[in-house]
Amino acid sequence: MTDTRILLPGVDPEIVLPDDPSFGPEVQIDYPGYRSTRLRAPKDPLVTLPEEFHRADGPVFGDSALGLLDHDLTRQHEGDPLGERIVVSGRVLDEDGRAVRHALVEVWQANAAGRYHHVVDQHPAPLDPNFTGAGRCLTDDEGNYRFVTIKPGSYPWGNHENAWRPAHIHFSVFGRAFTQRLVTQMYFPGDPLFAFDPIFNAVRDPRSRELLVSRFDLERTQPEWALAYRFDIVLGRGGAGTTPLEDPA
Amino acid sequence: MTLQKTPSQTIGPYYAIGLCRRDDSHLAELSESNAVRLHGQLLDGAGAPVGDGMVEVWDPFGRRWGRSGTDADGRFSFVVTKPDAAGQAPRLDVWVFARGLLRHQLTRVYFPDETQANAGDPTLAALDDGERRTLVAEAEDGALRFDIHLQGDRQTVFFAH
Repeated sequence: MTDTRILLPGVDPEIVLPDDPSFGPEVQIDYPGYRSTRLRAPKDPLVTLPEEFHRADGPVFGDSALGLLDHDLTRQHEGDPLGERIVVSGRVLDEDGRAVRHALVEVWQANAAGRYHHVVDQHPAPLDPNFTGAGRCLTDDEGNYRFVTIKPGSYPWGNHENAWRPAHIHFSVFGRAFTQRLVTQMYFPGDPLFAFDPIFNAVRDPRSRELLVSRFDLERTQPEWALAYRFDIVLGRGGAGTTPLEDPA
Repeated sequence: MTLQKTPSQTIGPYYAIGLCRRDDSHLAELSESNAVRLHGQLLDGAGAPVGDGMVEVWDPFGRRWGRSGTDADGRFSFVVTKPDAAGQAPRLDVWVFARGLLRHQLTRVYFPDETQANAGDPTLAALDDGERRTLVAEAEDGALRFDIHLQGDRQTVFFAH
């Protein structure tokens, strides 16, 4: 296996391992550079379930799961949050390119200063009284979702010396089939911290890793108001023979 | 056309901001007949509680879903009813998430008073005694206890998904 990545000065080979395309879309769950995996990543081989299980339906959520402003993280308080206002949008698809409609998408993130509105987060950066950092929405009939938010800041996290997370937004998605469930993180293009981050690099296939990085989306920017990023999400097939949900995109 | 799947990433320590703003832990009301509390601890490979984990349960027969974060002692709790499984062994499907888990894990909880149905369940039948025990809740003080061990001698059986 040839590692084509250029190692930047300061990348610790104990923290970030070389690329390995053989992992494909699977994250390496016992990635040693991410310390918390050591006592938490299961070690026994996974047990296989019958094929029909993978086709089984999962939970479905309706509009009643949503508040009116759940999709707009900048309008959940009295005033405007500090930071760079952005639109984050994309489509939820399955591996066959079919739209996953009415999928519940939940997001959470740090504020512009890199601080989470959470009691455990003691990073000495300011909280923003106008920003909680939580949103949810359902995809439409074409699988589209859209949030308005603030670009999150990077923050230190103590995993190793001088460890900083690249800026990211957490995503949780329910597909239609039970096994399409996904929790992931969306990153921003060109982040200088990518090369140093063991969570990002635990996806060892560089092509798959790129799928976690949103694209700047000039078309969806709102002039005089907000920049935009696009992040499409591809869920597993949910088993062969799934009833088609939509025509191929 | 085959698109490449979006990889998984950890839920991180602050998921409660986004995922636990409401109480989703009731798949049933306690007032319902047969409603029972299902609770347990999420534990790491050293037996220490995982205080920043999250558990989701899904009743595939009754189509009910629930979610519970873990507290500082790694404890999660639900109110459930035993599914009417139409001849199969009743069970709930369980997703496990945590800081340090780069991909969520899938397991199942079976009911301790269903000895006969459990004995006929093909998934349980394919496991050895020790593995099987990790998937059957224990009756305890009128509730069901189901501990989840992420690693170690007593690691819970997790399924490919």
